[in-house]
Amino acid sequence: MILQIIWFVLIGILFAGFAILDGFDFGVGMLHLFARSDNDRRVLLNSIGPVWDGNEVWLVTGGGALFAAFKDVYATLFSGFYLVLMLLLLALIFRAVSIEFRSKEPMKWWRTLWDINFFIGSLLAALLLGAFVGNLGHGITLDANGDYTGLFWDLLNPYALMVGITTVALFMMHGAIYLVMKTDGELHDRVRGWVNNAIIFFIICAVTTTMVTELYEPHLTQPFKNHPVLFIFPMLMMLAIANIPREIHHKRDFQAFLSSCAAIVLLLIVLSIGMFPTIVYATNNPAYSLTVYNSSSSQYTLRVMLVIACIGMPLVLGYTTYIYYIFRHKVRLDSHSY
Amino acid sequence: MDTVFLSRVQFGLTISFHYIFPPLSIGLGLMLVIMEGMYLKTQNMLYEHMTKFWIRVFALIFGLGVATGIVMEFEFGTNWANYSRFVGDVFGAPLASEGIFAFFLESGFLALLLFGWNRVGPKMHFVSTVMVALGSTFSALWINVANSWMQTPAGFKIKVQNGRPVGALITNFWQVVFNPSTMVRLEHVIVGAFLSGAFLVLSVGSWYVLKNQHKEIGRACVKIALVVAAICALLQLFVGDLNDRMIAKYQPIKLAAFEGHFNSQGSASLSLFGWVNQADQTTHSIAIPGLLSWLLYFDASHPVQGLDSTNPSNWPPVNPVFQSYHLMIAIGMLLILITLLGLFYWKRGTLFDQRWLLWIFVFSVVGPLAANELGWFSAEVGRQPWIVYGILKTSDGVSPNLPAADVLASTIMFSIMYLLLFALFIFLLDRKIKAGPVVAEPDETAEGSELLLGHARMDP
Repeated sequence: MILQIIWFVLIGILFAGFAILDGFDFGVGMLHLFARSDNDRRVLLNSIGPVWDGNEVWLVTGGGALFAAFKDVYATLFSGFYLVLMLLLLALIFRAVSIEFRSKEPMKWWRTLWDINFFIGSLLAALLLGAFVGNLGHGITLDANGDYTGLFWDLLNPYALMVGITTVALFMMHGAIYLVMKTDGELHDRVRGWVNNAIIFFIICAVTTTMVTELYEPHLTQPFKNHPVLFIFPMLMMLAIANIPREIHHKRDFQAFLSSCAAIVLLLIVLSIGMFPTIVYATNNPAYSLTVYNSSSSQYTLRVMLVIACIGMPLVLGYTTYIYYIFRHKVRLDSHSY
Repeated sequence: MDTVFLSRVQFGLTISFHYIFPPLSIGLGLMLVIMEGMYLKTQNMLYEHMTKFWIRVFALIFGLGVATGIVMEFEFGTNWANYSRFVGDVFGAPLASEGIFAFFLESGFLALLLFGWNRVGPKMHFVSTVMVALGSTFSALWINVANSWMQTPAGFKIKVQNGRPVGALITNFWQVVFNPSTMVRLEHVIVGAFLSGAFLVLSVGSWYVLKNQHKEIGRACVKIALVVAAICALLQLFVGDLNDRMIAKYQPIKLAAFEGHFNSQGSASLSLFGWVNQADQTTHSIAIPGLLSWLLYFDASHPVQGLDSTNPSNWPPVNPVFQSYHLMIAIGMLLILITLLGLFYWKRGTLFDQRWLLWIFVFSVVGPLAANELGWFSAEVGRQPWIVYGILKTSDGVSPNLPAADVLASTIMFSIMYLLLFALFIFLLDRKIKAGPVVAEPDETAEGSELLLGHARMDP
C-alpha cells in the first residue's frame, strides 16, 4: 500500500517537473508572436533553446513511470483519450521541429511559417494537457475492463476546456516571467508589460476554475471539507499566486519565477488531494474507477522501480541543475544559436 | 481494415520513420566523440571544424529522433492498451528506465553540446559530447531490453484469473533485463547504429573529396569513417551469426521463416536468395546444401526445425520476412566488400583517386539505414502472430473500444506529417552539407547576426 502511495507521489513529481519546466517552454511559444522583429523572436527562441529538449523528457519519463507503476491507468487513459493524445503528439512534434527548423533558412516566409507553427504547437499542447487534467478531475465513463466508453467529443466538455484555458493562461504567465529573467534591454521592458497582462488573465481563469470546481465537482472538494487542515494547500497556492505580482513589482524576477513554480506545484498538490486515492473516476459506476490501489503494478515492480528512481533521479537533478547554472545568463545570440 | 490491422500499420509506419534517426544519432555520437577526442589530443583545428560541422548535422537528426520518439512511447497505450495491461508489470519498467537513465542524459547534455562551446572549457564540452553519445546508447539498451523481452520472455509468471491468463508479473528483474536475447540483439543494434553514423560521415566526406571542396576535412572524414565502418561491418557479420543461433534456439519458427525452411527432417540447406510460396509450402532458391545445418550446429547433417513443425496459423508471413532478412544480409555483405576495398586502396595510397569507389561511398549511406529497417522488419514481422512470443497474440493486444475510423485518421495524420518532415529533413540536411564546415569563426553579437542572416554559407 505504501509503495503505491509513494509512486502516486513520484509520478506527481515527474509531471510537476514537466509542468514547471516545459510549462515555460510552452509559454514562450505562446508569447512568440507578440515579439515582432526577427532578432527579438530569435532571442525568445534561444531563451529556451538549450533546455527545452531536456524539459520535454519529464513528460516522456512521467508517461513511462505511469506505464511502469500504474499500467492500467496508462492503458485506460492513453487509449481512451486517443484522439486527444494524437493531437497532443501532433502539437509536440510541430513545436519541436519549429524550434529546430525556424532559423535554419533566411527567408522571411520560412521563418514566419515556423513562428506560427511554434505558436500553434505550444498553444494546442497547453490546451490539450489542461483538458486532459480537467477530464481526470471531472471523471469519464469506463466499463468493467477499464476501457473508456465515451466519445471523443465527451472529452471536450466545458469543465475540461476551462481547465485547458486555465493551463494556457498559467503557462503564458510562467513563460512571461521566465522571459523577464532571460531578456534585457528594450525587449525586457516590453516583456514586463506582457507579464502583468498574463498574471491578470491567469488569475481570472484560476478563480473561475476554483469556483466552478467548488460548485460542480463536489468530489474534488470533499476531502478538504473532511480534513480541514488540508485547506493549507489551497491557501499556500493562493499566496504563491498573489506573491507573483508583488515580486514582479519589486523587480525580484527570480523570486517571481519561484512563486510561479510553487503555484504550479501547489495546484497539482491540491488536485491530487482532491482525487486521492482515485486516479480515474468512472462516473457511470464508481466500482469501475481506477484507484491507486486497484490499478497499480505488482509490489515487486514498484520496489524495483523505486530503486531505479532513487539511483537515477538524483543524478538527473544534479546534472540538470548544473546545466541550468551554465545557462543562467541573459540570452546572447552567437553563431551557435537557433 | 479493422483496428488490429490499422494499428499494426500505424505502428510499423511510426517506428520505421523514427528508426531512421536514433541509429544515426548513436552512430554520429560515436563519430563526434572520436573527432572531438582527436581535436583535444592533437589541438589540430581541422578536427575542431569537423566536430562543429557534424554537431550541426547531429542537432537536426537528434531533434527529429526526439519528435518521432515520443509517439512511440505513447503508442503502446493508445493502440495497444490490452497489451499494456497484460505486460505492463514487466514492460513498463525498462521504458521508465529509458527515460530516467538515457533520455534525461542525452537531452540534458545536448544543451552543452550544441550551445556550450563558449560557456564551458574544451574538456567539459568533450565530456558533454560523451554524455550525449552515452545517453543515446543507453536508450538503445533499455528499448532493446523491452523488445527482447517480447521476443524471449523470461523472469516472469502468468497471473491467472477465472482460468484465463490475464497478465505477466515480474518474478526476477535481472532475468527480465538479461533475458536470453538481450545482449546479442543489443550488440546487433548498436553495431548497426555505428554503421549508420560511420557511413553518413563516409558519404559526406567522399562527396567533398569528389567535389574538391573542404578537401582536408573531406579526406579526414573518409579516413576516420572508413576505419569505423570496416570494423563494424565485419563485426556485424559475427554478431548477426550469434543472433541467428539465438533465434534458432528460442524462436525456431521465426528462423524457419527467415530461411524459407519448411522441412524439419534431414540436413538443411541455406538459400542465398529466392522466393517462398507459402501456400504450396515451397521455396525456390539458389541454395547451398547442408550449409544452414552447419552454420547453426556445426554439423551439416543436423536437422533444423522447419515451418512444418507447427500449424500455419502460428507462422509469420513467410515470404516477406524471407526477403527482408536476405536483403539485409546482402547489404551487410556489400558493406563489408566496399569498406575492405576502401582499406585496400588506402593502404596502396590511391584511395582518393578511385572516384568510382568514392561515388559508391556517397550513395552507400542508404545501405546501413536500409539494413537497420529490414532487420527490424524481419525481427518484428517474424515474431507474428505473437506480440509476446509464445505468450500473447498480437490480435489480443490491441485497444478494445477503439474505433477503426480513429486509427485510420491518426495513421493518415502521421503519414502526411512524416512525409512533410522527411522532405524538410532532406532539404535541411542537403543545405547543411552544401554549406559545409565553417573554417573561420566570426565572433557574433546580436547586431552582428543581421550580417550573417544574409550570408548563405552560415547556418546555425
